[in-house]
Amino acid sequence: MLEVEICRMKMKNPTVLAAGVLGSNASSLNWAARSGAGAVVTKSFGTEPNKGYPNPTTVEVEGGIINAIGLSNPGVETFQGELEKLEGRVPQIASIYGSTPQEFSEIAGKVENLVDALELNISCPHALEGCGASIGQDPDLTHSFVKAVKKTVKIPVIAKLTPNVTDIVEIAQAAERAGADALTLINSLGPGMRIDLETGNPILSNGFGGMSGPAIKPVALRCVYQVYQNVDIPLMGVGGVTNYRDVVEFLYAGASCVQIGTAVMYQGLEVFPEINQGLLKFMKEKNYHKVEEMVGLAHQGRVR
Amino acid sequence: MSRKEIKNIPQVLPINRIVEETPTVKTFYLPWDFEGDIPGQFLMVWNFQDEKPMSISSLDPVNGEVGISVKMVGPFTQALHKLQENDKIGLRGPYGSGFEIAGSRVLAVGGGIGMAPVAAFTEEAHRRGVQVDTITAATTKDEILFAQRLENAGARVFPTTDDGSHGFCGFATELAEKLIKEEDYDMVVSCGPEIMMKKLHLLTEENQIPAQFSLERYMKCALGICGQCCVDDVGWRICVEGPVFWGDQLRLIKEFGEYHRNASGIKEYF
Repeated sequence: MLEVEICRMKMKNPTVLAAGVLGSNASSLNWAARSGAGAVVTKSFGTEPNKGYPNPTTVEVEGGIINAIGLSNPGVETFQGELEKLEGRVPQIASIYGSTPQEFSEIAGKVENLVDALELNISCPHALEGCGASIGQDPDLTHSFVKAVKKTVKIPVIAKLTPNVTDIVEIAQAAERAGADALTLINSLGPGMRIDLETGNPILSNGFGGMSGPAIKPVALRCVYQVYQNVDIPLMGVGGVTNYRDVVEFLYAGASCVQIGTAVMYQGLEVFPEINQGLLKFMKEKNYHKVEEMVGLAHQGRVR
Repeated sequence: MSRKEIKNIPQVLPINRIVEETPTVKTFYLPWDFEGDIPGQFLMVWNFQDEKPMSISSLDPVNGEVGISVKMVGPFTQALHKLQENDKIGLRGPYGSGFEIAGSRVLAVGGGIGMAPVAAFTEEAHRRGVQVDTITAATTKDEILFAQRLENAGARVFPTTDDGSHGFCGFATELAEKLIKEEDYDMVVSCGPEIMMKKLHLLTEENQIPAQFSLERYMKCALGICGQCCVDDVGWRICVEGPVFWGDQLRLIKEFGEYHRNASGIKEYF
């Protein structure tokens, strides 16, 4: 009943481990899969090893956390070794980043045979110069990066978009025109900051960091709702999902599945079975037989 | 301000006092609101330049004071060693699993700065009426940690030095093997170099003594979300499921005693 299919990937349930949450090695991805995630996304990796920013890289705020980890990763050559150790229980999606279309294509080509799909991180709000949101805030750049990867690989390509734009529909349509097979909405919000009262220091070493957690859910929902009306490719909703009610909202808004991130901090990987049990119960009560029956219902104003 | 309101945010606190333990180790005592903090848990220590995990080395809820012991090993710990009383640092936590206090006769084995949580454990166990024999292992006499403090707590303390300049001459595991044969321990706890703990793990399995070990891995968030400290092959987070694991759990941590990952996630072998 909970099964969904997105970009030819069959998932046993619509809850996906979001990029950057655990996922920096195969062991934690396998653990998430064993714990009940319907699919898993790796932490973003690039061409070269990257230490990320000095600590503090994360700080709690009302309604979530802000983080500026700085895309720490061992580089694609080493990460290939991790991808080879994935157990393949669930669809496996590699999140990749870079600063040029060529970098993205190079990485994509190196991991194509090891994963079921790619998620392009063109939306990280605290990435180094030329990476992350600096791409996803520009429709032309978005188009050229997505297109370059689409030309290189045969597996599905998912573009992860930033909410920190004037018009997310314009970006979403640019990605769709470039051939994106699906969109992930949204990367972390902001950036935001937190300042220590005793010393006046910004707490994050980077000063600013991307906001995630329950407080950003309304923004994520709006992005999904708006984009759903304007593109034909499937959407993965992400932003503040902590329980099955949040999942239902995202499905109604137009997401075909959801990704879960910050809730892992609050509830551990148990969050996957908990949400799925709640969702199953809800679907039975409302007499839904398939998750896809619920997708986009908010647009028709007709829910059960 | 209650702890709940300020969870997972550094609390910037003045250093009450500093104890010079050895030429390379200082213990910093700071005011602290205790909410069930236990030995083996760690705090994230922020000096406004960087932030790193440090085991709690002293818990004193009566006086509302927490201690962290810092060995000078790099730029961050050098900067901490320059601090004076009343200087401020940020602390957040405590995080992680901590040691369970169980049994009636316990052998505690600390190697080097691994003595920090072992000292906190030894004192807390004695407060609860558990007799602890503590091996405090160091390279040389001047680096022996907490011997007097733990004797004052009521523990039998066995110093060992690699160079034989004080106490037992040899590795902590050699002395541990001897004590395990002679005494009747019902639990072992340990923190120190993984090579040492790996041998001790084998020893406790051979002798069928339940044992707990405290591990260290490169950490970023300490909140169980970033994945930096996840270990092979189980994937557990050192900051949440650890840093303390029972011996049977350790069997699932295949990288134990073999390698760890650096800041960018590249393996470094011990």
